[in-house]
Amino acid sequence: MELNGGSVVAMIGKDCVAIASDLRLGNQAVGVASNFDKVFPVNDKLYYGLPGLATDVYTLKEHLRFRVNMYRMKEEREITPKTFTHLVSSTLYEKRFGPFFIEPVVAGLPTATELDPHPKPFISTMDTIGCITTPKDFAVAGTAQDKLYGVAEGLWEPDLEPEDLFETISQTLLNAVDRDALSGWGAVVHIITHKEVITRTLRARMD
Amino acid sequence: MSGPGSGGAYSFSLTTFSPSGKLVQIEHALAAVSGGTTSLGIKATNGIVLATEKKSPSLLLDTSALEKVAPICPNIGFVYSGMGPDFRLLVSKARKIAQAYWKVYGEYPPTKVLVQEVAGVMQKATQSGGVRPYGISLLIAGWDSHRGQSLWQIDPSGSYWAWKASAIGKNMVNAKTFLEKRYNDDLSLEDAIHTALLTLKEGFEGQMTEQTIEIGVVTVPTAEQMAEKPGERLPATFRKLTENEVKDYLSL
Repeated sequence: MELNGGSVVAMIGKDCVAIASDLRLGNQAVGVASNFDKVFPVNDKLYYGLPGLATDVYTLKEHLRFRVNMYRMKEEREITPKTFTHLVSSTLYEKRFGPFFIEPVVAGLPTATELDPHPKPFISTMDTIGCITTPKDFAVAGTAQDKLYGVAEGLWEPDLEPEDLFETISQTLLNAVDRDALSGWGAVVHIITHKEVITRTLRARMD
Repeated sequence: MSGPGSGGAYSFSLTTFSPSGKLVQIEHALAAVSGGTTSLGIKATNGIVLATEKKSPSLLLDTSALEKVAPICPNIGFVYSGMGPDFRLLVSKARKIAQAYWKVYGEYPPTKVLVQEVAGVMQKATQSGGVRPYGISLLIAGWDSHRGQSLWQIDPSGSYWAWKASAIGKNMVNAKTFLEKRYNDDLSLEDAIHTALLTLKEGFEGQMTEQTIEIGVVTVPTAEQMAEKPGERLPATFRKLTENEVKDYLSL
């Protein structure tokens, strides 16, 4: 898990979620790429981040794309954040005794239905073998995980508007990865609201 | 191909096409279904009712041990017409399919998805060596948050389609005619149960009591019931009516 480096953080806001990651790919101490995105969309309301071993990032991303496409065609509907979380969890547990070295983070806004007209924004995270946690505030993973916990705990508050959530998650990520040798080299933040997704690249320390 | 040692034209698959484009074994399977006791399903605005005759050839039979309306998972139930043993097998397979889905997605399958899987199982028996098609038609009633309540039929061929109301088995022609006259899109679940009982009564041989029929219902849950409560399971939307409940409906 400490070979390539990288970190992801997700946060809940008022009718919005945010998910952000750094852009570093390294080989232990040697930085190799500063454009290695670790956050991917399922659809415009659901994103997920895969920090950990880079080869597993690609493999898992493609595997999940396959599973979600099959789901979308069979069920004729978009997968919900909660269901997608369970899908990722069972995919990871399938490899219980030879796992993917990834700790996924999921962030999404469930669509309103008749039975649930005002669904809450959703984030979740899990360990390498799929144990799900569904926090109410923020979810962190990666080589800067411990630092992310510290800054997020200090900066997060409930019901942040999208613009404020952007500031909060950006400062959380930037300051945490600056204290981690294996994370950093650029950062990307996605703010997901019911109207749109705003993706911004942060000006980060490139050391 | 028709030599004495080779097993004849059916030695590989019973469902070889006839020159007219039919699969004769499936036709025969449908005949087995039409010889079975009548079952029907009716979709209502707030639920679905499944009903079937539980005819026994002898007074000595303990019909309380017989299960013709079977729950598959908390939101889906089956009823059949045709060969009982084939039904038991498909129920067992359907339950395993539902649990396998739950293991991956953390929720039970939507009705249509389960119908597609079970139909796939039935279709395999029409295109494999050494097996025969299932001698049953299934009526499947379920509720899911995507489509709401839905009623489906699967035939021995593996074809499936959705109904507002349908009947299968011995008395299906009369029953369907009866249903066509009485069905409308505004039926409530109570109306539908009442109509189902009337329809069953039309072709019933012998006494229709709470011991000679079985009823299952799907009820549409309220938003409150479907809200996630930590540590609690979501309420079931399909259940079988108890004998006492059936008795109450019959006395109306």
